[in-house]
Amino acid sequence: MGVEGIGARVVRKEDKRFITGKGRYVDDIKLTGMTYAHFIRSPHAHAKVRKIDSSAALKMPGVVAVLTGQQIVDDKVGNLICGWAITSKDGSPMKMGAWPAMAPETVRFVGQAVAVVIAESKNLARDAAEAVVVDYEELPAVADVHAAIKSGAPQLHPEAPGNQVYDWVIGDEGAVNAAFAKAANVVKLDVTNNRLAPNAMEPRAAIADYDAAEEHFTLYTTSQNPHVARLVLSAFYNIAPEHKLRVIAPDVGGGFGSKIFIYPEEMVALWASKKVGRPVKWTGDRTEAFLTDAHGRDHVTHAEMAFDANNKITGFKVKTYANFGAYMSLFSSSVPTYLYATLLSGQYNIPAIHAEVIGVYTNTTPVDAYRGAGRPEASYLIERLMETAARQLKVDPAELRRSNFITQFPHQTPVIMAYDTGDFNASLDAAMKAIDYAGFPARKAKAKADGKLRGIGVSCYIEACGIAPSKAVGSLGAGVGLWESAEVRVNPVGTIEILTGSHSHGQGHETTFCQLVAERLGVPISQVSIVHGDTDKVQFGMGTYGSRSAAVGLTAILKAMEKMESKAKKIAAHALEASEADIVIENGEFKVTGTDKAIALPMVALAAYTAHNLPDGMEPGLKESAFYDPTNFTFPAGTYICELEVDSGTGKTSFVNFVAADDFGRLINPMIVEGQVHGGLVQGIGQALLEHAIYDANGQPVTASFMDYAMPRADDVPSFNLSHTTTLCPGNPLGIKGCGEAGAIGASAAVINAITDAIGKNNLEMPATPDRVWRTIHAA
Amino acid sequence: MYQTTYHRASSVDEAVSLFGKSSEAKFLAGGQTLLPVMKQRLASPSDVIDLGKIKELQGVELSGDTLTIKAATTYYDIMTNADVKKAIPAIAHLTSVLGDPAVRYRGTIGGSIANNDPAADFPAALLALGATVKTNKRSIAAEDFFQGLFTTALEDGELITAVSFPVPAKAGYEKMRHPASRFALTGVFVAQTKSGEVRVAATGASQSGVMRVPVIEAALKANWSPAAVDGVSISANGLLADIHGTAEYRANLIKVMAQRAVSAAG
Repeated sequence: MGVEGIGARVVRKEDKRFITGKGRYVDDIKLTGMTYAHFIRSPHAHAKVRKIDSSAALKMPGVVAVLTGQQIVDDKVGNLICGWAITSKDGSPMKMGAWPAMAPETVRFVGQAVAVVIAESKNLARDAAEAVVVDYEELPAVADVHAAIKSGAPQLHPEAPGNQVYDWVIGDEGAVNAAFAKAANVVKLDVTNNRLAPNAMEPRAAIADYDAAEEHFTLYTTSQNPHVARLVLSAFYNIAPEHKLRVIAPDVGGGFGSKIFIYPEEMVALWASKKVGRPVKWTGDRTEAFLTDAHGRDHVTHAEMAFDANNKITGFKVKTYANFGAYMSLFSSSVPTYLYATLLSGQYNIPAIHAEVIGVYTNTTPVDAYRGAGRPEASYLIERLMETAARQLKVDPAELRRSNFITQFPHQTPVIMAYDTGDFNASLDAAMKAIDYAGFPARKAKAKADGKLRGIGVSCYIEACGIAPSKAVGSLGAGVGLWESAEVRVNPVGTIEILTGSHSHGQGHETTFCQLVAERLGVPISQVSIVHGDTDKVQFGMGTYGSRSAAVGLTAILKAMEKMESKAKKIAAHALEASEADIVIENGEFKVTGTDKAIALPMVALAAYTAHNLPDGMEPGLKESAFYDPTNFTFPAGTYICELEVDSGTGKTSFVNFVAADDFGRLINPMIVEGQVHGGLVQGIGQALLEHAIYDANGQPVTASFMDYAMPRADDVPSFNLSHTTTLCPGNPLGIKGCGEAGAIGASAAVINAITDAIGKNNLEMPATPDRVWRTIHAA
Repeated sequence: MYQTTYHRASSVDEAVSLFGKSSEAKFLAGGQTLLPVMKQRLASPSDVIDLGKIKELQGVELSGDTLTIKAATTYYDIMTNADVKKAIPAIAHLTSVLGDPAVRYRGTIGGSIANNDPAADFPAALLALGATVKTNKRSIAAEDFFQGLFTTALEDGELITAVSFPVPAKAGYEKMRHPASRFALTGVFVAQTKSGEVRVAATGASQSGVMRVPVIEAALKANWSPAAVDGVSISANGLLADIHGTAEYRANLIKVMAQRAVSAAG
């Protein structure tokens, strides 16, 4: 590895602009003649929209237009779609309730837009919005999944009787029943996976600019996948054909999944820009983020695991109710099915698994992918269950896991996934050593003598990342292929531009992607720039989510690099009068191996573009592109162990130690990987201890600001002790598995396992707030 | 935020005069409550009168057995003040666990008590220490000043100028932080005056705002020790209940925080 090559802890190139306030986010962009949109949102969880009177608002200063849901329907803007088709066990397709970008007739969650005011300033738009009178007829609402599926519950969509989205199954129920019939022990657990609000630092925003002469739209938006946004806006929403729509996602301040989706606000901004003939800007505020950014998780699950007399798992059955909120968001259908139940084997050799997932509509904000997306729910369930089993079977929790680990690879689970490689013992050993697991009983005893309740919790997670092989996801119902594309442009002076379909919104691509170039060509990363986030610049891309940017996006860059290098070597060989096979690339030069003959990359590039002396038949230029479609998911895995103390007087948790031993395959930039793990762990700990998006029984949000929704802060979390064990991913040439979601997937179970160990009670829901822990300690 | 007219007053007299001339004015101290509320369009004062540059509202004075903190002194300045740390370290501690650094650099003692949020920290200190609130018109005993949720004895246009604390023999404050807002989920301030009186005040717990806790006062009067509170029973009746804490939990916290505050007080 060079100083800036693969494996180097290179300082992030992009941080200079971020930490000096020079980042360029959507809200920083101002266009000539720009107007400002403010949405009028329902205060009711469920209501008929009887009448919208905007006459007073239209007379107010600076008001350009007031547009309503009925108008957007009249203009035939398409309803929002869900891009992954799921089939119920009875063979029927999932039941999609119609979701217009603004509600013409019925609102189904607090915050759903019914109209928009377009005005000369943000404040004038807000002033006028207060003068728009919306006459609602309130309808009964339901927020809880169990309440929603009861007979007589308020019904959300005529398309979905009983509020059921689908009733989906996976696995061999007969084999599972047979395993349970013969089981020596059965362990049962009910868990709730709490609903979370994503809370990216930058709220969502959009600027739409319609050029009437060209009949062309430009959309600046906070997106993790601008090409997917353009595809969906063009193919389904009748906004504009793709060649008449440019989507730009500039600097984006965090996504965590919530910026994958195409939201009503972007659609309305585009439509409104054409209607008013001027650019339209919308910047969400934090309240709108709480109300309208797709939430995460929200599962209620009953699970049972069968063990034989040797404590080997023989069967696993799961029934999950997944709260979808009021509408099906873009990838919502896949999250509690193919991104969840396919991971239910965890790190364990389980011969038979069966899962049933019932999707349910409620009068709440739509739920979709959020960091980990289905895999945290699976990992939490398995790892809570393993801990519960160890307690019930009276064996050490780490050893129960070890004795059930998958040790032979590849391993086909009973739930689709074929794990390619891994070494689960290695990461468990590393984590146990790092935390001095053997010394824990003594530490617990000492803490007890000091009047403290100390606990330790293990979590062995596995995830499926590098999303995803297109053929495989296509066969499971995905509406898109999940390959990635890249282009390498060597400029005539030898500098390099990498155009990628991946999108960086905090991940550090502008550094790590350069490191691949530095590794291969031996040029400094200052000679390389990364171009992303603009459909007019980048040929295509599927974007960034599912820990895919390195495993899929960087591999696409590698493929394009290889093509470029092959051509450059031919040019070098021609110039040096050598055989192409003898050319090696070192320190930015093309050398004839074993000689001192060399030509520098800029000279090769110049030769390519002057084309004065190229090999016969060669096209000028030095620019290559590639599409890369992975052959399998990647399977990052690891062990997290948490040691903590609980204050029995207050129920408050204090961390003593938190160790993480991850296997991400090859690391490009260990410093950035550590940052990703830190962030993920904090989100996992946030879910375990603090975060909960709560609705009352009538669907009113209780946690719509940071005064009520508890985000983790620096002093809520410990200093993490990280390490890596490595098995290279055989599925991609760089051996990368991905690291973006692991922390959020594995951390929650470690924390809850540790708290329940400390307090000696097994049933404790997340978030384990001090109040909840205290009541659990003192419950009879 | 709605349109408003901003004034920067240079003296208490000017501030009060400006207030009298406006149709619906608000005094702006540190702005840690008023500004977010205005941004959310939940308050629409015609005029905002900034007190931050009034010199006579800044600073701390220790004179004999009286510690006086001027109304517009920030939490940070209180927390780091040598006289505060020497005379009533429990106040320095209270300030150090109030909000977060950004709040402490801006928020003020006067702003806190004028707002009288039921979960604010400072009202507990005033009530337990038997402080006196000085205004441009009069002196008001803490006992009479706090009158329920977001309600005080202040008249329209009356401006707090300072708070005077009698220096106690012992005092301590312990708080369970609200996990989201960092206000007090429940905080308890205990004080033993130099004449031997014991006063205990709890904030964040009661539906009626900051309150004295007579049963704990009696127990500590008999025996100033954490163990003395062991047998005390706190009723959950009238206590706040929300997603972060049931009334029973807050009743428990009153007791536990009182015990820890006594330990801290020594």
